[in-house]
This record gives sequence, C-alpha cells and structure tokens, in this order.
Amino acid sequence: MYDAGKIIIGLIIFLAFATFPFYSNMGKAVAKPDPKLNTPVIQQMKVKQCVESKKFMRAKHMQLLINWRNAALRRGERLYKGSDGRITEISLQNQCLRCHSNKRNFCDECHNYVAVNPYCWDCHFYAPKEANNEH
Amino acid sequence: MSISRRDFLKIAGISSLGIGFSATDLLWKNRAEAVEYMTSPKGLKAKRWAMVVDVRKFKTEGDYKRVIDICNRIHNVPDFGNTKDEVKWIWTDTFEHVFPFQQNKYLPETVQEKPFVLLCNHCDNPPCVRVCPTQATFKMKDGIVAQDYHRCIGCRFCMAACPFGARSFNWRDPRPFIKHVNPDFPTRTKGVVEKCNFCVERLEKGLRPACVEVSNGGLIFGDLADPGSEVRKILSTHYSLRRKAELGTRPSVFYIIGGDEDA
Repeated sequence: MYDAGKIIIGLIIFLAFATFPFYSNMGKAVAKPDPKLNTPVIQQMKVKQCVESKKFMRAKHMQLLINWRNAALRRGERLYKGSDGRITEISLQNQCLRCHSNKRNFCDECHNYVAVNPYCWDCHFYAPKEANNEH
Repeated sequence: MSISRRDFLKIAGISSLGIGFSATDLLWKNRAEAVEYMTSPKGLKAKRWAMVVDVRKFKTEGDYKRVIDICNRIHNVPDFGNTKDEVKWIWTDTFEHVFPFQQNKYLPETVQEKPFVLLCNHCDNPPCVRVCPTQATFKMKDGIVAQDYHRCIGCRFCMAACPFGARSFNWRDPRPFIKHVNPDFPTRTKGVVEKCNFCVERLEKGLRPACVEVSNGGLIFGDLADPGSEVRKILSTHYSLRRKAELGTRPSVFYIIGGDEDA
C-alpha cells in the first residue's frame, strides 16, 4: 500500500470523529422522560383516565389528534365515543389541555426526549392563564 | 436439484398468499379501537347556511363596530395597525367597491357613502376551494366554506382566487397583536391564510353566529334550503343583491339595500 502511514492516520482521525457521539455519551444516563399528571384538574378526577387507555395514548396520541382534527373540522363531528363508551367533546384546547395544563412537565417531557417539536402551541393555547397574562 | 417452472410458480403463489394473510393480521392489530365520531345533538343543522345583511338596519357607527368587535374578540383576530398586514373576518367598504357592477353616479348619496358589512360569502361554488393545492380549504356539508389551518401552506392561491377579498394572510406572528385573548379559541400562526368561519364553533353548540346575535336584526342567519327559514322569508319579500353574482361563485350572503324611504 502506498502512503500507508497517511491513510492509516486519516482513518484513525475519521473513526475518532465518527464515533465521538458514542464515547462522549458513554456511561452517562439521560434522564428518562417523566410526564407529570399532577395538574389540579386531574387530581380532582375520581377516575384518572384519559379518553383512551394509557398504553394507547402513549403510542398513538398523534394519530388520535389527527383523527379528531379531521372529524371536527372537516365532518363537523365534534363528539368522540371512545372504546370504553365514554363520550368526549373533541377539542385540543378545551379538552386535552384542560386536564394536561402542564405543558412543560407533560408534553415537553417526552417531546424533548425524542427531539420532536410539534407546532400545536403556535395556535392552541396550552393554559388559559398564560393566554391572558401574555399581553 | 432442479425445479420446474410450474412448481416454482405454485410455490411463489402460495407464499404470496401467506404474506398477504400475515399483513392483514398486522393491519388488523394496528387498527384503532372501536370508536365512533358523532355530531353534537345540540348543534344547529342546515343544508345550506346563508346570511342576509339588512343594510337599512345599520345606521350609526356603533352598529358596525358592535358586529366587527365581537367577531374579532371571540376569534382572536389580530390588529396589526396597518392595512398592508390587516387580517379581516368581517369589515366594511363602500358601495362602489362592494358592488362595482351596480355602481352608478345617480344612486342616492346615502347608498354611495354608506359602509357595507362584508364577510366571507361562503360561496356555493367557491373558487378558493378549487385552487387550494392542499385541500386546506373545503366546503362542508352545510355549505360553510371552512379552512383547516393545520394544512394551510400559505401559498395564497385562495386569496388570488377569491373575488371578494375575504381572505387575509398572516405575514407576521399574530399573537402579540391580539388585544383581548379569548382562551377558548385558537389563534392562527405566521404563514397561514384565514377568514370568517360562519362561527362554525358556535353552531356546533347550538348558538347563532356572534355577529348575528349582536346585530339587532341587521344580520339574519338561516338555512337557505328551508323555505320556512328566516332568510328565505326575508329574501322572498325584499329585493336583494349578491356581491359580483355574475362571476358565478353563487355567494350565500345577500344584501338588502333599500332606499331612503325604507330606512
């Protein structure tokens, strides 16, 4: 091999850079997301249950929200009968965020962990109090 | 070991069936739980919502201000303080601009100078819906031309298509320019087009549009498909105009002009 020395040094430098994220984070535990359910509205509920099961909401809340949006806006169907038969009004701002009024400790916990940045709050207010204090 | 063409095709056929079955199984498992979406029993229902603007009932500045202010307040319509950025849901303009083809210089002065209440016409044949590349704007079953801001990409084709100037673009983030925030209704965001929604969120709750409620009879709202409705009654007894009807968009907002003697 010609210029073996240069090539090998180059390869080592390349590998050092490519694997940098792995060894720099080695041994460091990133805090597990821990969404809090301790808002006043939730604490007052007798049965602490979202519109669907925890497992479903955790995995599929985004699909549910898109279905809700299409039902409410496009078909004018603003009531949702969940798999347990309970009927809920469809509204992100007036239903979901009424209970989950703690965006920072609920929504952001997981969204930040997986580095997603949904733009729900560009338009929807996440807490009525904030809306009024803002201006 | 060799395999005949015939055997190969048999095996391939059976395996593709197997793959098909396992895929159905997967899809089945991934379906959302048995759920149902319903319209609210409280909601007002119609085949074709329409509005009549009885221009004779708008006499003082306060009559206009009331209907405009209530709409801006409940829908979080921003006020940027300049006409270039202006966001309009309900606004006013003069006869000459509102009915350009009906204009003649011998009209009564009161008609020429009077402001006319304007809003989205919720056309039966809406050009904004035809041009929208993302189906962000669409016509609902009850005739309301609605908009889904989530899907709006801000291309402004609808603004170019609308002959009534009923659509406005958010050039800037509207939030800091909303004077009194209504926390029950979302705002819009920078880069989307917005317009009057015929208070679809109120109709779902069984309430008439907010502007109609405060108009003291100046705005009449009802079902155009129902011969007994308020709008049909007033339209059958009064001569009415629609804005730029000759363009064929079939507006659902009617104007009763009347003269001095009717006022």
